Amino acid sequence: MPVDKDVAPVIEMRGITIQFPGVKALDAVDFTLRRGEVHSLMGENGAGKSTLIKALTGVYAIDSGSITVGGEPRTFHTTADAQAAGISTVYQEVNLCTNLSVGENVMLGHEVRRAGAIDWRATHREAARHLEALGVNLDTRTGLFSHSIAIQQLIAISRAMVTDSTVLILDEPTSSLDRSEVEQLFGVIRELRDRGVAILFVSHFLDQVYEISDRITVLRNGKLVGEYEAAKLPRNELISSMIGRQLEDLAELSSSAAREIDRSSAPVLKASGLGKKGVLEPADLEVYEGEVVGIAGLLGSGRTELVRLMYGADRSDSGRLEVHGKPARITTPRHAIDRRIAFSSEDRRAEGIVGDLSVAENIVLGIQARRGWLRRVKRSESDSIVAEYIDALGVRPADPDRPVRNLSGGNQQKVLLARWLATAPELIILDEPTRGIDVGAKADIQRKVAELSAKGLSVIFISSEIEEVIRLAQRITVMRDRRKIGELESNGLHVDDVIDYIANEGQENVA
Amino acid sequence: MTDLKTAATSPLSTVLGALNTFRSRHASWIPVFAAVLILVVMFGFAQWWFGNFLSLRLISALLLDNAYLLILAVGMTFVILTGGIDLSVGSVMAFTGILCASLVSQGVPAGVAVPLMIAAGAAIGLLIGVLVHYFDVQPFIASLVGMFLARGLAFLVSLRSIKVEDEWILALQSTRFKFGDFYITPTGIIALVVVVVGVLLLQFTRFGRTIYAIGGNEQSARLMGLPVVRTKILAYVISGVCAGLAGLVLTAYQGSGYPLNGSGAELDTIAAVVIGGTLLTGGSGYVIGSMIGVFVYGTIAILINFLGAEQSWKRIIVGGLLLVFVVVQRVIVTRSSRRT
Amino acid sequence: MKNIVKHRVFWPAVALVALLMLNAIARPSFLSITVQDGELYGSLISLLRNSAPLMLVALGMTIVIATRGIDLSVGAVMAVSGAVALTIIADSPTPEAPGTIATAVAVAVVVTLIAGAWNGFLVAVLGIQPIIATLVLMLAGRGIALLITNGEITTVNSAPYKFMSQGYLLGFPFAFFVSIAAIVIVVLVQRRTALGMLTEAVGINPEASRLAGVRSRGIIWGAYAASGLLAGFAGILYSSNIMAADSNAAGNLIELDAILAVVLGGTSLMGGKFSIAGTVIGVFTIQTLKSTIVFLGVPSPVTPVFMAAVVIVVVAVQSPLLRRTALRAVGSIRGSNSNTTEVAK
Repeated sequence: MPVDKDVAPVIEMRGITIQFPGVKALDAVDFTLRRGEVHSLMGENGAGKSTLIKALTGVYAIDSGSITVGGEPRTFHTTADAQAAGISTVYQEVNLCTNLSVGENVMLGHEVRRAGAIDWRATHREAARHLEALGVNLDTRTGLFSHSIAIQQLIAISRAMVTDSTVLILDEPTSSLDRSEVEQLFGVIRELRDRGVAILFVSHFLDQVYEISDRITVLRNGKLVGEYEAAKLPRNELISSMIGRQLEDLAELSSSAAREIDRSSAPVLKASGLGKKGVLEPADLEVYEGEVVGIAGLLGSGRTELVRLMYGADRSDSGRLEVHGKPARITTPRHAIDRRIAFSSEDRRAEGIVGDLSVAENIVLGIQARRGWLRRVKRSESDSIVAEYIDALGVRPADPDRPVRNLSGGNQQKVLLARWLATAPELIILDEPTRGIDVGAKADIQRKVAELSAKGLSVIFISSEIEEVIRLAQRITVMRDRRKIGELESNGLHVDDVIDYIANEGQENVA
Repeated sequence: MTDLKTAATSPLSTVLGALNTFRSRHASWIPVFAAVLILVVMFGFAQWWFGNFLSLRLISALLLDNAYLLILAVGMTFVILTGGIDLSVGSVMAFTGILCASLVSQGVPAGVAVPLMIAAGAAIGLLIGVLVHYFDVQPFIASLVGMFLARGLAFLVSLRSIKVEDEWILALQSTRFKFGDFYITPTGIIALVVVVVGVLLLQFTRFGRTIYAIGGNEQSARLMGLPVVRTKILAYVISGVCAGLAGLVLTAYQGSGYPLNGSGAELDTIAAVVIGGTLLTGGSGYVIGSMIGVFVYGTIAILINFLGAEQSWKRIIVGGLLLVFVVVQRVIVTRSSRRT
Repeated sequence: MKNIVKHRVFWPAVALVALLMLNAIARPSFLSITVQDGELYGSLISLLRNSAPLMLVALGMTIVIATRGIDLSVGAVMAVSGAVALTIIADSPTPEAPGTIATAVAVAVVVTLIAGAWNGFLVAVLGIQPIIATLVLMLAGRGIALLITNGEITTVNSAPYKFMSQGYLLGFPFAFFVSIAAIVIVVLVQRRTALGMLTEAVGINPEASRLAGVRSRGIIWGAYAASGLLAGFAGILYSSNIMAADSNAAGNLIELDAILAVVLGGTSLMGGKFSIAGTVIGVFTIQTLKSTIVFLGVPSPVTPVFMAAVVIVVVAVQSPLLRRTALRAVGSIRGSNSNTTEVAK
């Protein structure tokens, strides 16, 4: 039930700012959590959701602003401090110890002791009592590893209740649960809410957010967009407040949406029924020569998972791939590269750049990996390739010997693009290539994609910014909740059409 | 609400269900049983081959000849359970041993020398723990520093062996309590007490459970609000204290201190702990397992003696066993990570 | 000037030069080189000669460490190599014949190459942690070596075999040329091909390298094989120096010296960027340090205390804590007690 505005807030965060090297992760954000409410925190990648949670739980120190818990100003240095103040967190990748028993995980650090020694019987009895309070009946002496993620989530919540938490933070708890498991979790959440626990909920699944939340706070690029009552916030408004509107001066870029694509010959890459249990429901996708296929969908919609399966970065457990009409087995990145498919990951730092190597080395890495170690790319050859791409993409500073980790995000992205373009691929998959980079670099990358595709390169382009997808792509695949929900022709399409489609479509199609 | 596996009905499924329950409750004991099995097989083979192998005397010898190794293994178990490793134990044992011998030979009473040597072991353990935690040095390198330091210090105390004439210390080895054919000396009792204390600490204190939690998932342990730093450093200190005690036991056993003692003992200790079923990645294993591992190690040595084979076979066999256990552990870890 | 100071090998080189100068001041004889029968003698020349085994091992270790690995088995592999070579020579009717020597050396290094490949298999294919994987051979290797020599210290008399560590060529110790050859070959293989760059890429960011199509398995495997091979040659030099296969003493603790040399040379134990020049400097630093300690009248068994002190200084300088503390002293005080609260509790 929606709660009164007048209920005293358990947590008040005011003007929270956190500065990381080169970026403001949070910029004067306010956030209020009340007793007995389920409050969802929404936002795309880099919006600052996890930073806000970490500020609240003592993982990050705040640069400015104040945190008040139950009316008292507090500063947390460790998670233990936050827990002592009654704030517990359950993370997506459940932070328990799989090597220990269920009961122990519930009670760790709070075991029942008698004469200084742990009384195991009493400890397990206590653990069972806490689990039963959430409607979970199981043998507390069994190893945690033998239980499903869903049960582990509930065990983690029981643990939070052992410490009498008044605030429970659930960070993407449902991302690997199936429907019935989600139901059970929601039952527990409602139960706790009715007992007066304040619950902060994070999820990428819109349906779930609407189902469980009383209130929604939206963040974008480290700033607060607004706090809404869930019942009064239409879906498409929520989506557009999350992705924002691109008002920057990118209009000069002409749209490639109307460009005619010859789809008479076999597609460069075709996926049929490609899926993986618990990660992606079987989906189809095909890309023709010179075509840009956009994938629109929010974070966690399955967009990244789909392309990773197509590239062989992860292994699928259903479906087929065809390259130029012939069946192809792509289970490792090497298989994809040998078929002239390139993939630039959304996680630039962890999966893209090789930080300590120079710009030049990062650019030739793709070619070099293809050739093998014996046939070194000659210095002169490397110099000319590197110079060509630094110039063509406008990498700044234009110093090939500088370690790539010292470049800005936009320039690192250009280096990655250069790495793949230098291998002369037939298809390039770009996962969020324009995320978190400045407008100039964004325009450079968009221009390059449009130009190369006009010359025959096939592209799969993923972005949270729907304008960008509409402008670059001829066809858009729309995804939601780990499922492909449809395909749209982008010619004449408007951003709102896509948002409405994400918000409403699929719901009706699939029961 | 939670639907767990429906109750089994047929007798077969009852047995399977019981097995399943056992597996999910005590999976981490399975490697220990494997070590016990190896021990039993070796005993059985020797008894069948030599006829008169098994005896209470043998059990006594097995315990007393390996008392120092058993103490080291208990300390090492703590460290390995946190996911670390301690290469310094052999050298620390040599250093504290020679320190003790040197002190008592200069007339220092054993009542002063023994606490001093244990404090020395603890200090080196503390140094390693601080390097690991505060200076972000890998446990391997940090304990290497401890190893170098202790070995050098041992030679600094004396370049050659020092005979011990202190009655109190010699009595630790010469006093024999007999129970029929079985006999035990105070050194053996010390080793067994260390085992018992180790078991109690790990199984019945929050400190011990935190050790397991850190080894299982250090980040989780931190997020659960457990005292990770203190516990990790304390694990190295415990290993240092054990190495100090092992120095005492070895000195009493040999009747002298020798600065070259225990070179390679760290490897033997690690091997014994791993054979005893402790996962090198941390979080799973038991002091009792490590004790079995030490007995397996000792039995291999005795068997090779009985067979009249080269002693070099001991290292090869121990290395081979280590390999088998490590590969099996790897398979188990990969399997269980696939489950989730 | 700034570029020179910033170069990764600068500080290691400064340390080495300082150490050499200290020696030169403390004992002028340190720098003197005498010529006898066209052969050079003196402290510096012995330094070149004695450092050869460590040089070979440290080169291999550098490559392994660059892949985020470590090879603890090098000492044991040295023992195996010496045992194999000397057993072949001792069993041969013609221990002086160059053919015998060539066969002995060839068989020995092939065996150690296999040993290295075995380590590589455990790490790259089975995915076992490098410390553990190489620990197996570290344990078993010396046993195998003892088995080859029947538990004895095999000794031989063979002038050509002795020549390898004790002979002279063009006025310089032959062992020095072995060092040079190894350095040149490693530099050529790593830097003239793309192997060095790909090795660094795998060491810095394994996942990015995988997605970029780098065949990391082969690269890691090769690194351990190379380390085994180089340790094999080091074992030959060692056994040639004492003309005996002492399976317990050969390469004892050399893995630690080698790791130390790599670290002193500025290569991070976390893998990635490596510097062969740095390792060469590191090897000379360790060797000079050892000779200094002996000169100071400290008994050589006590040397480890100094080694430990050096490592503590090096890791302290490299540690993030010290850097953070320094940064904090300069700048803000934010979160200054975030590290201490947990202990205090």
